[in-house]
Amino acid sequence: MKIAVLIKDVPDLVEELELTEEGRLAVDDMSFVPSEWDDQALEEALILKEGDAGSTVTAVAIDTGDVDNMLFTALAKGADRGVKLVGDFNREMSNRARAEVLAHYCHTEGFDLILTGVQAIDDLDGQIAGLVAGRLGAAHASVVRDVALGSTSVTCIQEYSGGKMAELRLTVPAVLGIQAAQKTPRYVTVSKVRQMQKSASLEEIEGESSEAPALEIRRLYPPVASSHAEMWGDDVEELADRIVNLLEEKKLLRS
Amino acid sequence: MGPVLAVLEMNANQLTDASQELVTKAKSLADELGTTAMAVAFGDEIGDAIRTLDVGKVVVIGGPAVTSYASLVYEEALEKVLAELAPALVLLANSTMGMDLGAALAARTGKPMLAYATALAVDDSKQLVATSQVYGGKLLAEVQLPTEGTIVTVIPGSWPASGTSGTPQLEDITAEMVPGVEVVRVMEEDSGADVDITRAEILVSVGRGIQDPENLELAEELAQAIGGAVSCSRPVVDAGWLSRSHQVGKSGKTVKPKLYLALGISGAPEHLQGMKDAELIVAVNSDGKAPIFDVAHFGGTADILDLMPALTERLQGRGQ
Ligand SMILES: Cc1cc2nc3c(=O)[nH]c(=O)nc-3n(C[C@H](O)[C@H](O)[C@H](O)COP(=O)(O)OP(=O)(O)OC[C@H]3O[C@@H](n4cnc5c(N)ncnc54)[C@H](O)[C@@H]3O)c2cc1C
Ligand SMILES: Nc1ncnc2c1ncn2[C@@H]1O[C@H](COP(=O)(O)O)[C@@H](O)[C@H]1O
Repeated sequence: MKIAVLIKDVPDLVEELELTEEGRLAVDDMSFVPSEWDDQALEEALILKEGDAGSTVTAVAIDTGDVDNMLFTALAKGADRGVKLVGDFNREMSNRARAEVLAHYCHTEGFDLILTGVQAIDDLDGQIAGLVAGRLGAAHASVVRDVALGSTSVTCIQEYSGGKMAELRLTVPAVLGIQAAQKTPRYVTVSKVRQMQKSASLEEIEGESSEAPALEIRRLYPPVASSHAEMWGDDVEELADRIVNLLEEKKLLRS
Repeated sequence: MGPVLAVLEMNANQLTDASQELVTKAKSLADELGTTAMAVAFGDEIGDAIRTLDVGKVVVIGGPAVTSYASLVYEEALEKVLAELAPALVLLANSTMGMDLGAALAARTGKPMLAYATALAVDDSKQLVATSQVYGGKLLAEVQLPTEGTIVTVIPGSWPASGTSGTPQLEDITAEMVPGVEVVRVMEEDSGADVDITRAEILVSVGRGIQDPENLELAEELAQAIGGAVSCSRPVVDAGWLSRSHQVGKSGKTVKPKLYLALGISGAPEHLQGMKDAELIVAVNSDGKAPIFDVAHFGGTADILDLMPALTERLQGRGQ
């Protein structure tokens, strides 16, 4: 099957999320990492390709900034093609706007199976899987794992809450929002990615955008929690003592 | 103005808690906006669950096509309902179904969409304003929503359900079969699983901060010393380090132990959904800004790989 994986990068949550005075993310000062669920989707795609000699994997990213490294990493991991959709795009691009560009490209390329992360930490105006599927009129399912290829269909497990799940069969073209890959995403060394940068190239394709509904975001702000933990500091010994005392006080210690 | 429409989800012909919350919000927003609350639900045997909902009208979509949830069938049926009712606002839960349908319906109908809402209100200037949780719960977004069919997915548990009742007008329609997504079978998590974390009084719950499966031993030892069980966040399960029956959260178990010890867990909304009602929450995370501290009662910023053995040692020192 001709498989596409739609990937994007998102602010690294390990770092402070700085805001501008207007209550927007200070994107210029931040570091970005591949969205963890897109990474799962890529891994699932690579596993599917390894199990089916006729399949190809194309990693697709919209050029909203530094996406080359992410695409070369996908190539180094085993993707066949790295496609960068270029145009007048930036980091503030909404998911609705992204979905237009991605759906247009996927439609033109005629992929059988489109995988992407179940969600991303910044997809305020909808998850890419549903948005792209809706634009393409394609079969789709989200919160999915354990994908298997048939000849003109794919099967997968869709998870619901509380341990309930269903096995689905979707006719291709299909779009899946991947929750977790069958294996932990593989790791490639920086040197292997560098090597790839020298030996391979990305396909730059003009991204076609069309009008998409926009949300009026008044501001982003850190939650003013209605409560916050009483903080006991970072000293291991003191912390352990405090926890034991608490257990004692709450009568949770085994006697 | 069109109605405020809640798209309901059933579990064994009963309304899910999240759906009840949507009905409550649809009603209160409709009152404030001067319009009606309505609901749409799927299934043939759901009469008892929807007959007394506190809304003006319930559209019941039935027929063989809706026996099990399948995105395309539901979407196509909903698209017709939306075209007929022209709602001001459409509310879905941010569940699997909501994540599937919300975005796809928005794309199909060209309406705006907002995900991860935790609050919805009408402000002083009569504008509909929502709050959404983004960036793993580290930021909130305040968003102004047009009342022309905006689709909103709401994080379950964001507000209480009121439980008021009414006598809605019922409209039955039959969903059409739509090919493309076929439900092969519906399954439940194996109930003969190795542990039942929902029964433990104390949970030693580990997240990605555990870093390596070998470190799980530290958690097991601590759980034994404290007289509790080990549970975990989703990445620990996805990595294959613990079985699915250990997972707490949206796609795992909901737990309410006497003590929840969250170790190396950031507190993503999907995790909090499964444990925020624990009686006592103590969190240890090297990142003092981790959202877990907003629900924890007590917290520390030590390295859990140091903390666990230190705590185990103290507990073992206590006579048995
Ligand atoms: C549809 C859906 C359903 C989901 N369902 C669930 C669910 O049921 N349950 C669930 O848990 N998640 C669920 N998730 C995933 C969720 O979004 C988060 O990705 C997940 O909860 C993060 O797990 P974590 O906190 O362990 O990892 P991270 O977010 O990576 O956090 C690890 C934390 O450990 C800290 N840390 C690292 N090393 C140390 C150390 N040595 N000492 C102390 N602290 C350390 C870090 O500061 C960090 O805060 C779901 C996601 C989706 C999209
Ligand atoms: N440029 C595009 N962007 C997004 N979706 C498209 C595009 N072109 C066609 N589609 C959708 O793809 C589906 C198949 O289109 P077609 O093969 O042209 O009949 C239809 O649901 C179209 O609405």
